[in-house]
Amino acid sequence: MAQAAVPAIAQADLDPTRSFQGLILALQQYWAALGCVILQPYDMEVGAGTFHPATTLRALGPKHWNAAYVQPSRRPKDGRYGENPNRLQHYYQFQVILKPSPDNLQDLYLGSLKAIGIDSALHDIRFVEDDWESPTLGAWGLGWECWCDGMEVSQFTYFQQVAGFECAPVAGELTYGLERLAMYVQGVERVYDLNFNGGTGDKKVTYGDVFLQAEREYSKHNFEVADTGMLFEQFKMAEAACQKYLAAGWTDSDKTKHSMALPAYDQCIKASHVFNLLDARGVISVTERQSYILRVRELAKACGAAWLATEGGGAAA
Amino acid sequence: MPDLLLEFFSEEIPARMQAKAADDLKKMVTDRLVAAGLVYEGAKAFATPRRLALTVQGVPVRQPDLKEERKGPKVGAPEQAVAGFLRAAGLASIDQAKVQADKKGDFYVAISEKAGKPAIDVLAEMIPDIARGFPWPKSMRWGEQSAKPGSLSWVRPLHSIIATFGPETEEPEIVKFDIGGIAAGNETRGHRFLSPGAIKVKRFDDYVASLEKAKVVLDPARRMDIIRTDAKNLAFAQGFELVEDEGLLAEVAGLVEWPVVLMGSFDKAFLDIPGEVIRATIRTNQKCFVLRDPQTAKLVNKFILVSNIEASDGGKAIVAGNERVIRARLSDAKFFYDTDLKTKLEDRLPKFDGIVFHEKLGTQAARIARITALAKQLAPLVKADPKKAERAAQLCKADLLTEVVGEFPELQGLMGKYYAEAQGEDEAVAHASEDHYKPQGPKDLVPSDPVSIAVALADKIDTLTGFWRIDEKPTGSKDPYALRRAALGVIRLVVDNSLRLHLLKIAGVNADLLSFFADRLKVQLREQGARHDLVDAVFALEGQDDLLMIVRRVEALGKFLETGEGKSLLAGVKRASNILGIEEKKDKRSFAGAPDAALLKLPEEQALASAVTAAKQEASAAVAKEDFAAAMSAIAKLRPTVDAFFDKVKVNDDDKAVRENRLKLLNEIREATRAVADFSKIEG
Repeated sequence: MAQAAVPAIAQADLDPTRSFQGLILALQQYWAALGCVILQPYDMEVGAGTFHPATTLRALGPKHWNAAYVQPSRRPKDGRYGENPNRLQHYYQFQVILKPSPDNLQDLYLGSLKAIGIDSALHDIRFVEDDWESPTLGAWGLGWECWCDGMEVSQFTYFQQVAGFECAPVAGELTYGLERLAMYVQGVERVYDLNFNGGTGDKKVTYGDVFLQAEREYSKHNFEVADTGMLFEQFKMAEAACQKYLAAGWTDSDKTKHSMALPAYDQCIKASHVFNLLDARGVISVTERQSYILRVRELAKACGAAWLATEGGGAAA
Repeated sequence: MPDLLLEFFSEEIPARMQAKAADDLKKMVTDRLVAAGLVYEGAKAFATPRRLALTVQGVPVRQPDLKEERKGPKVGAPEQAVAGFLRAAGLASIDQAKVQADKKGDFYVAISEKAGKPAIDVLAEMIPDIARGFPWPKSMRWGEQSAKPGSLSWVRPLHSIIATFGPETEEPEIVKFDIGGIAAGNETRGHRFLSPGAIKVKRFDDYVASLEKAKVVLDPARRMDIIRTDAKNLAFAQGFELVEDEGLLAEVAGLVEWPVVLMGSFDKAFLDIPGEVIRATIRTNQKCFVLRDPQTAKLVNKFILVSNIEASDGGKAIVAGNERVIRARLSDAKFFYDTDLKTKLEDRLPKFDGIVFHEKLGTQAARIARITALAKQLAPLVKADPKKAERAAQLCKADLLTEVVGEFPELQGLMGKYYAEAQGEDEAVAHASEDHYKPQGPKDLVPSDPVSIAVALADKIDTLTGFWRIDEKPTGSKDPYALRRAALGVIRLVVDNSLRLHLLKIAGVNADLLSFFADRLKVQLREQGARHDLVDAVFALEGQDDLLMIVRRVEALGKFLETGEGKSLLAGVKRASNILGIEEKKDKRSFAGAPDAALLKLPEEQALASAVTAAKQEASAAVAKEDFAAAMSAIAKLRPTVDAFFDKVKVNDDDKAVRENRLKLLNEIREATRAVADFSKIEG
């Protein structure tokens, strides 16, 4: 008896111009074919794909590194209770990091746009100055925001410094705002109307089906209810834990080898996200804000120093 | 003579840096050429988003030979001296030196001739130097080579360099050098999308022509012209008018190599938003131009965008894409504007309690309270209704907390006016929101409505007294809080509106701050052509804190000193002051006090004494009436008696009492003139 084929649950169209997941798959396919390691999202709350250790830490040190991944990003302050057509407190970034930056990085980037259906003979693609700086990561780079017909679709940065250390060699970072890009290629005005799975009729799942409820709930949480007392404690705990792991990780008295850069950095990420939540709750004054940012930066710098003393950071084994 | 063509081809150069980079490249190359003895005929530099180019015409083929003479010791000098000279001059024996004679006798001279190098070799040495030290506002490293210390920095990754050198009639040579692994050559590329292939070039002429063929307009001025002309024509064809914007034009011309001007539109419903908000949205976020109806001067629902490509569909997709983005942006703006209208300005004020204006100066709320109190206090002096001035001051900063101003800080004040009008505030109160920031600079309009004046003065004076209190005064070129501008603003508000204001009566204004005003006033009057010494002469009088009266005095003084009478009186007064100064020093005392009439012996001194008394009285009376011209004429009457006095009277009489009395008389002259100014501060 012939084995029955698994019945399709729906006829899905994975054309990147017709489905959100098709867009993600097309980008992954494109960068995978160019030799990138395709990673999965980091399993912690982060404000941007840059926070993933695959970018922040791997950008430091002499080793070559090419990776691409989707990173869910949380920006508590950007929540709009699901009522704004463009703004979300949780969204997806597609992140590519290439170290050293290849000489044809711009062409590779343009190739990725072609792969998701943006034809440069029809569309006006521009590289508009936008210098990137992350005060919390002690990082900066030069590059552009990439425009397609007047819309910013990506960030393109040559990292010069991360965690206070010079990048040697320099890494090229590409960040695609996936929702925005999908809205553009799908021709949709409201993010919640995006076709998520490429299905049609009653098989169609929209972005709103997946995320609208979450946007409403998290907006309420971020702005109104998040337990600030607990968050202040968590910040202190994460900071202390980070410092503790950093101190415990040195395996020699000369501090040339470190054995716990990654766990320590997790706590730095944690502190950063907790700070963002406190900021959204409006309980941090202007002057305090600066000092919190500085405290996270100190953690990031110390994690960077520790990473450079690991094998991944290029320290001799 | 040969020409140089230089091109640095890179990834996209920020628009705002292009013009300066072109200037810098031209200056650095031509300065070095001249320093190397290579005087050129002409040079011009250009920039596009992807290239920085320079042409230098008429460079000599080689440097002139350099002849150097080194003077040595006398003929017959000790052997040691001769040996030292030979070493220093690099000569093998003294026979190679020449002998020359001067007044002191014969001496040795070493003449060395350094042959000039070919210009192309000079260029090959200097261009890498210039590239490595190029003054980009921000530069970066990239790629594999960035792992090495000292790797090349450029504004964005550099891909190729053209450097050719040669006369018009021959095949030019490539200037041989290498920067960061990039060898200079004669190849570049065309437009990124329209003609990405390689282009071989010889010299500037064919370079420009080949680029043009490859859809690159090299000259930014031409790109600006194309955009301006096409935009105007496109607008005109539809019965509209371009709202010109030179800053935006320059920026946009720096974002494209091949400008293609297109028109798009947006929903008419957005025209309910104030025009300035629409313009700011479309300009700042999208770098597009807005259009207006030439009859009504109101914005229309159209915009002009400048694309970098000739699209295969004639630009339909590009226009549609830009329209979508602008629609989204305007929706945001409309949402912000509508949201703002829902909250009254006064209801926003409590939030200022939590916003620090300056660490040492407290919250914005405290600042607004101070401005309000001061505006109310100043209101009667500027003939403003104190109630309106108070209300206007309370509301004038409220728009800083609105969504629209948060998004477009440049609209502060203007939005306050709109929101105040929308909530039915008095017109003068609403206008003060916008006008109290004025005048922003020397050319900005000065508000003339009394309520705006009161708030504008209060705002600026509060800023000045505040930063003076915490000792944060401008130093040298550093003026982070724009205090010079604030002081100049006060001066212009007072003078242009003929306001009488005693600055020292305002709390927080002290002598030091007053002298800061005096300095600003000096700068201002000097720019208007007045003599700074006259300002000094007036400020030297005590208690001068009424800016308008100071200006009037300076004006009267200036006019007076242009007359013959004025000039000779000045000479007389100066002579009196000089003598007094010397004698005061000698006797270590002053000669204040009225002269004793009994001791006045000569008719000339008697005449002077009575003339001085009369002039003093008359001048004081005129000053009291603020008629400075009359005060000057009163003092001018002293001239003949002063002249006669110096002609006939010897001040330093042998009789001590007579001498003292005459010195007192001289002092009286000085005192009389002080009714209008301290003449000793006047130059000439």
